[in-house]
Amino acid sequence: MALLEVDDLHVSFDTADGVVRAVRGVSFTVEPGQTLGIVGESGSGKSVATQSLTRLVAGAKITGSAMFDGLDLLHASQREMRRIRGRRIGMIFQDPLSSLHPCYTVGWQIIEMIRAHESVPRRRARQRAIELLDLVRIPNARARIDDFPHQFSGGMRQRVMIAMAMALNPALLIADEPTTALDVTVQAQVLKVMQDVQADTGTAIILITHDLGVIADVADEVVVMYAGQVMERARRREIFYQFHHPYTEGLLASLPGHGGTRDRLTPIPGNPPSLLAKLDPCPFVPRCPYVFDKCRREVPPLAPVHPDERHLSACWLEPDRALQFEWESSKFAQISSTAHR
Amino acid sequence: MFRFLILRILQGILVLWLITVAVFALFFVVPSNVARTLAGRQATPRTIHLINHRLGLDQPILKQYWDFISKAFHGDLGYDYYHQIPVTHIMAQALPITLSLAIGAAVIWMALGVFNGVVSAIHPRSVADRSMTVFALFFYSMPSFFLGLMLLFFLYYKLTLAGYKWFPAGGYAPLSQGVGQWFLHMVLPWLTLALVLAATYTRLTRSSMLDVLGEDYIKTARSKGLNERRVTYRHALRSALTPVVTQFGIDLGQLIGGVVITETVFSLPGLGKTAIDAITQQDLPVIIGIVLFASACVVVANILVDLLYAFLDPRVRLS
Ligand SMILES: Nc1ncnc2c1ncn2[C@@H]1O[C@H](COP(=O)(O)OP(=O)(O)OP(=O)(O)O)[C@@H](O)[C@H]1O
Ligand SMILES: [Mg+2]
Repeated sequence: MALLEVDDLHVSFDTADGVVRAVRGVSFTVEPGQTLGIVGESGSGKSVATQSLTRLVAGAKITGSAMFDGLDLLHASQREMRRIRGRRIGMIFQDPLSSLHPCYTVGWQIIEMIRAHESVPRRRARQRAIELLDLVRIPNARARIDDFPHQFSGGMRQRVMIAMAMALNPALLIADEPTTALDVTVQAQVLKVMQDVQADTGTAIILITHDLGVIADVADEVVVMYAGQVMERARRREIFYQFHHPYTEGLLASLPGHGGTRDRLTPIPGNPPSLLAKLDPCPFVPRCPYVFDKCRREVPPLAPVHPDERHLSACWLEPDRALQFEWESSKFAQISSTAHR
Repeated sequence: MFRFLILRILQGILVLWLITVAVFALFFVVPSNVARTLAGRQATPRTIHLINHRLGLDQPILKQYWDFISKAFHGDLGYDYYHQIPVTHIMAQALPITLSLAIGAAVIWMALGVFNGVVSAIHPRSVADRSMTVFALFFYSMPSFFLGLMLLFFLYYKLTLAGYKWFPAGGYAPLSQGVGQWFLHMVLPWLTLALVLAATYTRLTRSSMLDVLGEDYIKTARSKGLNERRVTYRHALRSALTPVVTQFGIDLGQLIGGVVITETVFSLPGLGKTAIDAITQQDLPVIIGIVLFASACVVVANILVDLLYAFLDPRVRLS
C-alpha cells in the first residue's frame, strides 16, 4: 500500500491581483522507503504542492485528497496535523541559513522536536540529539550540540536540519530543495547524508529540486512539474532514457554536459507563464518547439505512454516518441556525474 | 566581553564627570540670589556676605568645584542651601517614590505594549488589531502632562463628584501604610507615564513580530508539530523582543522627563519634583546630586541593556 497518495490536488491563493492557481490538479504516490523526485523550474508550484500537504501554507485554498497512512491530511483536524508534523512527516527547507532559529542552540532545537512528541527526560533527549548529529556526520557532535546555528557552515546547518527532521524516525521526509543554496561539493555531501539516513531508517523521501542532476542518482520515481501541473511522471530510468514530454527534454538539455557540446548549457527559451492568467490547454505551448494545432485546442490528459502503464505524460506527441530517445548508457553516466561534482 | 564592560564603565564615568562640569558652569552663568532669598528682603549686605561665606559661595568657582568633586568621591554630596540637610538624605527620602513610579510604569508599559503588539501581529487586520492601532495612535499623540490632567479630571474629580472616592488627588502613601493605599496613590501616575509609551511599544512589537513571523525558522517550528502558542511565544516573540529591548534602553532616558512631569502633576515628592523645586530655588547641591544620580542610572541601564541584547541575540558579539 502506498504511504502517501495525492489525488487531484489544487491550491490557490486570493491575492490583490486575482486568484493565483499555483497547483492545478497534481497526483502522485510515494511508496514506503522510496524516493520521489519532484522537478520543475522556479515557480512551478513544487513548494506549494508539498507544503500544503502538511497544511503549512498560509492563506491557501486547498482541494483534492491526500491520504497519508490512512489519514486524509487535507481534512484532518489541527490537532491531528500537529501529531503528524515532525513525528510522521519531517520537513527540510531550501535555505539552511534561515531555517534554524538563530537564538537557540542546535541541541535545544533538536531536543524540542523530540520532546514535543515523546515524553522522554531531557537527558535522554539530549543523548539522542548527539546520536543524530553523529548520524549526519557533524564532527565532534558532543561538543557542538551547544553551539548556535551561526557557528556552523551552510552545509552543516542543512545536516542539522536533516538530523532534526529525522529525530523521530518519520515515515516520510519532505526535502524542499535541500541543496540549492549550497556549494556544489557540499551539495553532494548533503545528498549522501540523506541517502545514508534513508538506508538506516527506511524513511520515504520526497526530494524537490529544479536540477535533474540532483536526483539522477537517488530518485526511484520522478514527477516533472510545470505551471502547477504534472507534465510527466515515470521511474527515474524512463525520465532520463525515454522521456516523452518536450518539457522534460528541455530540462535535460539544460543540464551541464548535455546536448552534445559538453559544458554549454541550453536553457529552455522563454519564461514560465503567470499563474494569474488563463493558460493554454497545455501550459507549455508558448515555449514548446514541437507545438502543433491540437495543443492549442485540447487539454492533453496525463496518460500512459505506450507500452508502459507506469510512465505517464501529458502531451499530444505520439506515444512511441519516447523510444526514439533511448540514450546510450554513457550519456546517463554523464548525468549521474553532475550530481557529484 | 570583559573589555567591553570596562570600556563602557569608563565611558560612563566620563559622561558623569562632563555632566558635573556642565551643571556647575550653568549655575554660575546665571547670577545667584540664594543668599538674598535666605536672608530675606531686609538683609544688609553684610548678612548676605556672611551667608555666601558660610555656603562657600564666595570661593572661586574652581575651588568650589574641586571641593564638590573630592567630597563626591567619598559619597558626600554636600548639604542643601536652605535647611542644611545632607543631599544624600534628601535623595534617599525621594528615591522610593520615584522607584515606585518608574518601575511600576515600566512594567505596565512593557507588558501592555508587548502583549498588545503580539495580539495585533498574530491576527493582522482583525478587529483586535485595529482597536490596538486606534489605542496606540490615541495615546501616542498625547503629551503626558495632558494625559495626567485628563486622568485626574475624570478618574478623580468626576468620580469623586459622583460619590466614588477611589483615587486620591495626588501625593504619596509609603508602603508602610499598606499596599492598598500605596497602590491607589500610584495607579493614575503609573497610567500617565505608561500609556504613552505602551502605545509606542505596541506598534514596535507588532511590526517586529510581523517580520519574524515571515521568517523560515517559524515555518520550521510549525513543521515540527509545535502548537501555535509555543510558536508565537517561544519562537517568534523570542526574536521579536530584540529591537524592543533596544528601544527600551533608549527610552529609559526619556523616562526621566516623564517622571519629572508626572511627579509634578500628581504632587509626588519624588526625585523629579525635588529636582524641580531645587531648580526654582537654585539649590545647587540638590540639583547636582539628582542630575548626577539620574545620569548614573541611565548609564548603568544602558550597559545592562547592551548585556541583555547580547544575551537575547547570540549572534551579537560585545566588543
Ligand atoms: N502565499 C502566496 N500567495 C500568492 N501566491 C503564491 C503564494 N505562495 C506561492 N505563490 C505562487 O505560487 C507559485 C508557485 O510557487 P512555489 O513556491 O510552489 O514554486 P516552486 O516550484 O517551489 O519554485 P522555487 O523553485 O522557486 O521554490 C508561484 O508563482 C508563487 O508566486
Ligand atoms: Mg520552492
